[in-house]
Amino acid sequence: MFGAGGGTSAYVEAEDADLLVLWGSNARETHPIFFHHVLQGLKKGARMWSVDPRRTSTAQWADGWLGLDVGTDVALANAIGREIIHAGLVNEVFVERSTTGFEDYRATVEPYTLERAQEITGVDADLIRGLAHAYARADRAQICWTLGITEHHNAADNVFALINLALLTGHVGRYGSGLVPLRGQNNVQGGGDMGAIPAKLPGGYDLGDEEARARYERAWGVPISPKPGMHLSEIFEAMDTGTLRALYCIGENPAESEANAAHARHLLEGLDHLVVQDIFRTATAELADVVLPAAADWCEYEGTVTNSERRVQRVRKALDPPGSARPDSHIICGVAERMGHAWGEPTAEEVWDELRSLSLNWHAGMSYARLDALGGIQWPCPDEDHPGTPTLHTRLWAENPEERGRLAPFMPVEHAAPLDVLSEDFPIRLTTVRILDAYNSGVQSGGYSSPMRRRESLRMDAGDAAELGIADGERVRVVSRRGAVEAPVAFDPSLRPGLASFTPHFSEEVDINVLTNDAWDPKSGTSEFKATAIRIEKI
Amino acid sequence: MDLRLSGTAPTEAERRAVDAAFAAHRSPDDLPGADVRFPDSGHAARGRRHILLPALHAVMDEVGHLTPGALNHVARVLSVPPADVYGVATFYAMFSVTPRAPHVVHVCDDVACAPAGAEDVIAGLAEDLGEEGEGKEVCWVRSPCLGLCERAPAVMLQLAKRPDVSVAPAAIGGLRAELDRIATEEPAEVPSADAAFADVTVSVPQAGQPQLTLLRRVGVVDPESIDDYRAHGGYEALRRAVEMGAERVIREVSDSSLTGRGGAAFPTGVKWDGVARAPSRPHYLVCNADESEPGTFKDRVLMEYDPFGLIEAMTIAGFATGCERGYLYIRGEYPLATRRLEHAIATARAHGYLGDDVAGDGFRFDIELRRGAGAYICGEETALLNSIEGHRGEPRNKPPFPATSGLFGKPTVINNVETLYNVLPVLAVGGQAFAGVGGGRSTGTKLFCVSGAVATPGVYEVEFGTTLRELLELAGGVRGELRTVLLGGAAGGFVLPEHLDVPLTLEAAREIGATLGSGVVLAFDTQADLTGTLRRIAAFFRDESCGQCVPCRVGTVRQEEALARLTRGAAKGPELMLLDDLARVMQDASICGLGQTAPAAVMSALKLGLL
Amino acid sequence: MTTVLLGSISRLVTVTVDGRELRVPEGSTILDVLREQGVETPTLCWAPNLTPINACRVCMVEVEGSRVLVPSCARKVDDGMVVRTDTEKVRHSRRMVLELLASSTDMTQASADVQRWMVEYGVDPDRYGPPAPAEEDRAGRRPGHHHVPDGSTAANVAQPVKVDNDLYVRDYARCILCYKCVKACGTDAQFTFAISAAGRGFDAHIATEYDGELPDSACVYCGNCIGVCPTGALKSVREHELREDGDWHPESETVTTTICSFCGVGCNLELHVQQGSIVNVTSPSDHSVTHGHLCIKGRFGFQHVQNLPEA
Repeated sequence: MFGAGGGTSAYVEAEDADLLVLWGSNARETHPIFFHHVLQGLKKGARMWSVDPRRTSTAQWADGWLGLDVGTDVALANAIGREIIHAGLVNEVFVERSTTGFEDYRATVEPYTLERAQEITGVDADLIRGLAHAYARADRAQICWTLGITEHHNAADNVFALINLALLTGHVGRYGSGLVPLRGQNNVQGGGDMGAIPAKLPGGYDLGDEEARARYERAWGVPISPKPGMHLSEIFEAMDTGTLRALYCIGENPAESEANAAHARHLLEGLDHLVVQDIFRTATAELADVVLPAAADWCEYEGTVTNSERRVQRVRKALDPPGSARPDSHIICGVAERMGHAWGEPTAEEVWDELRSLSLNWHAGMSYARLDALGGIQWPCPDEDHPGTPTLHTRLWAENPEERGRLAPFMPVEHAAPLDVLSEDFPIRLTTVRILDAYNSGVQSGGYSSPMRRRESLRMDAGDAAELGIADGERVRVVSRRGAVEAPVAFDPSLRPGLASFTPHFSEEVDINVLTNDAWDPKSGTSEFKATAIRIEKI
Repeated sequence: MDLRLSGTAPTEAERRAVDAAFAAHRSPDDLPGADVRFPDSGHAARGRRHILLPALHAVMDEVGHLTPGALNHVARVLSVPPADVYGVATFYAMFSVTPRAPHVVHVCDDVACAPAGAEDVIAGLAEDLGEEGEGKEVCWVRSPCLGLCERAPAVMLQLAKRPDVSVAPAAIGGLRAELDRIATEEPAEVPSADAAFADVTVSVPQAGQPQLTLLRRVGVVDPESIDDYRAHGGYEALRRAVEMGAERVIREVSDSSLTGRGGAAFPTGVKWDGVARAPSRPHYLVCNADESEPGTFKDRVLMEYDPFGLIEAMTIAGFATGCERGYLYIRGEYPLATRRLEHAIATARAHGYLGDDVAGDGFRFDIELRRGAGAYICGEETALLNSIEGHRGEPRNKPPFPATSGLFGKPTVINNVETLYNVLPVLAVGGQAFAGVGGGRSTGTKLFCVSGAVATPGVYEVEFGTTLRELLELAGGVRGELRTVLLGGAAGGFVLPEHLDVPLTLEAAREIGATLGSGVVLAFDTQADLTGTLRRIAAFFRDESCGQCVPCRVGTVRQEEALARLTRGAAKGPELMLLDDLARVMQDASICGLGQTAPAAVMSALKLGLL
Repeated sequence: MTTVLLGSISRLVTVTVDGRELRVPEGSTILDVLREQGVETPTLCWAPNLTPINACRVCMVEVEGSRVLVPSCARKVDDGMVVRTDTEKVRHSRRMVLELLASSTDMTQASADVQRWMVEYGVDPDRYGPPAPAEEDRAGRRPGHHHVPDGSTAANVAQPVKVDNDLYVRDYARCILCYKCVKACGTDAQFTFAISAAGRGFDAHIATEYDGELPDSACVYCGNCIGVCPTGALKSVREHELREDGDWHPESETVTTTICSFCGVGCNLELHVQQGSIVNVTSPSDHSVTHGHLCIKGRFGFQHVQNLPEA
């Protein structure tokens, strides 16, 4: 945000915050160790609010729970913003000094009255007002979010709507106040930072940054196209239109994890050539022409990963990789060599040092020795004397306009309902959720025996089930506009009437992405996993 | 919080009992949510834990034991994790987490009652009901001191669906008749067993004598009448306190040199001053009425016969130290005193002596009575605080002391019952005059609980400085030939006949290596089974140790084992060395006074050659 | 706006330790000072990532003006405080605490430090008599009641190991009731509160509600209790089985710090590897991300790298 794709606060700041808003995040189960910091904050007296369609285990710690309808986050956030403005709780000094575009924002949110928001979101107007006032009045407040914000067709808008609230109240760039996107995977932050985002170079530089691009071109001895590549959703679209005919897929299992999975598998099967490089023989690997067995880099090789507080940390080798498995970087170098590029077999540290020589702002100061000594370093860390940056964007509070730098822009956004609309034929909203002891498509977490494990079920409100004449545990057919699956039903009090959920963890039991919508957010490329319209049929 | 509860449901009766306890104790701004599918969340819900003991009592009172369904419901309503509910429930002797007869006869077999025929009562009950703890409708269990030593032997009937009662002195015949009544008759408004307590002279032979100060109203006023209380000078001290203002009240108390009567003898004025000045708010007042030291019954007698006196004294303490709320924590084995205090609190509230505008003087103060549930350790002040807060009654590490961080982490005054009663004469005569009686840290009068081999056991009020011999004579003299006196209770020590002329002051007792402790004076004649007494004391500490710290938890076990070996005739040398080693680590390294004094009586007896 | 003091430089106070005058930061515990000074102080219930528990009473020291000994783990230094660690009183208490524990609990899997302290302080647990036989159900004992002993055997906590799930075992014959597991499960880390001390006195023990099995409890298998257990009462099933089979080789163990592969929090994992296979996972207690605490995936989720197809 404001030119840097990373959370603004260190985890420990949650322990000193006065107010924590967990929005579309069940951190209690999906980021349990981050939630430890939240709990320490609560122990010290912090208040916590949960914004989530489900009354999650996180929400059960909250002082206030806003159980909104799936996909109405922008309307809720805009109403909160409007209420803050109308109650005179705007941090006027911050807005004036450190932001741009407030007037546009004010105009955009003006129609989002509490009453209208209640109508759109289903959340009681008093609760919305309560959160608005609590957030604006807190000395130190954070908004933390996860996939409940980002797995929507308007994911980026959702994020902008939350950022706007932080700008309105000055809850960013100060210790204890911040915007904290909790990353789903151990290196989703690092992958992006290393340039695995179509419009970015390693180190967070825009592809359009001529100076940075020239530096990378010089170092690599090749020209770099200033034109962004494709993101995952575009790749699948290109496969659909036939313009993309070959795919090299590393550590990803799209045959199971993509929305509208049946269609995705069809596209993967139709490729001329599919190479899969993975530590498992995944469902995607089953479709591949070539499978390259990879080492589990987190414990079978060396390297770094970057977490949700921008902390770069070392992974180290504890075990030998099995059989012929090799570290990803070695495989890639090997492939390059077959293509005529003699990259040798650089060590992880050599690769890293090359990055440091190019990522001048974020990573230059992070030698392996320093990462080892300091237990990781948070970027930006521009030189070897720099301690790293726990709290980002403190510059916005600088008295001196020059130090303040580029001001933070409000990004006014409008509510847009989920694309997969509820109808008479598809009256129930299905959302995907994650649970404590499992992880993503289950290929890793399936490897150990959790005493809490339960069979995958369609979880739903008991009252809804009663209306359909469905008993707890009964097997049903779940139908969406894209496909159908069968699954047992489990009553779940955390779900309000009209809402049902599946986890993505056990696709061998229930292949849920057969149901989900592959419509995606044009700004971020994320699919609308969280909002599927379904009906439930007795078998 | 995200509680994980099993699906076990409470019965309707259990649900009602718990819900009623919650309604009675919840704070007015804590509104339970409408969604019955969830425990409430947030800070408000997590602040309900202090209702745990009342809720468990409510279930015990209704059902007689704690079922999984009831514990689950308690956990859900109060937002307390079920394992914590279980941990608390299993801490207290009066609670049972396994099915048990709804009526339980607690038979005291402690130091005063054992020589007075407790085993005869037990033999009779065993004949009727079977082994300890067995029985469908009624069962019996052994109990530590019930605080009825002047009426030994004593039992307490813990009854489901009707008020608990004490029966003392208890003979098997009368007990059988009482149990019959319970089986066949509806509960009366005033339990019939209370009638035995009508004759106050059994407890206070001095009752009515003009020189009395602390006991002056005992046997004189109707303990259930606030008008009678006022007619006998009641609430004059409060009026005086309000006239002089809080600071002056504290000054008078400081000038009086009044020291705590619970055993530690800390200057009350210093304590009050500390809390009054503490910047953190709110302040709390706690009255420690968990009188459980074996051989001690003075607080019980005061509370039974002059309950309004305690309410007035607490109100003055609250006024002086800036507390708006006082907790009166009374041991669970005092049913009559509990009834009289509950009545006194309700009456005082109805007459405007408690509430938002006390006696029209514009200050706010109210009292909440909390019942203990059978744990000596809860008489330790920080264990008591934990007990009120709904935690296990384990003592806290000090510092911080309660005056800085006490109940709910706030500045807290904790005073023992007798200490608070002393505030009334301090205000009546002034601090200086009060200090004119006795001297040093031993000013004013002192209550002693005289029992054992004396002609007329009971509570006696004497001026500090009275000798032990005079006190025993006051109690009608020793029956038989005096062997020794246990002074200060199980945590105290023995005194030989040659020391009978020692003046009863903190200072003089200390000089002969003794302590006044809680005012226990338990006389043993030459026929007494001192070995049995010592083993009972060792067993008492082993039972009453909370289990938190190693020296006390294991030390009390090893002490009892060594004593057992000694009495079986084991070689003395190694056992005495072992006992000495144990005593030192318990004294030096235990967290609280219980562990530190657990070897006191045993070591004193060994030193004096009584074993 | 209230001010949060962060990393503010605290005032220094003067304390005297065994005759040496020192200037130390206000707010330090005596134990902090002793560790800083290299004065070895035995501890059992203390851990760097838990608030002081103050239950074991083995770290006691003498403080001038205090009638009783003082727990160095919990007591903060005052200006002018005079501390002695080498007195007879201190040594006696430490010896007795260790001896009382060793006489009632199986301490054989406690750390090498603990074994050494027992020798150095001259612990003789046998002098309390032969151990009483193991008991199937210690949990059923009622508070305030016990069977009066004859002293011929020494009461202890011997009992069978509880194995009721695939991830970790509870061997309460080794439990010294240090409360660390309760704190880690509760307000010092996990806030799950699946366990509490139950019962009273010598019969106090760590329990789930109704002394039930873990799968019936609130346990979420974060294993943070294992992480802090000082005596091997709580350990992974893997370690338990290897020990039972005589295949436990701590001398050959390597420990490698890496980052968890689940979620984006970035928890540091210490992989304990014996003979080419991960046997335990811990986390460094001094790391700001985890403070030494993990979740079920971090602590037990490593198995996917070891579930290899049959060769």
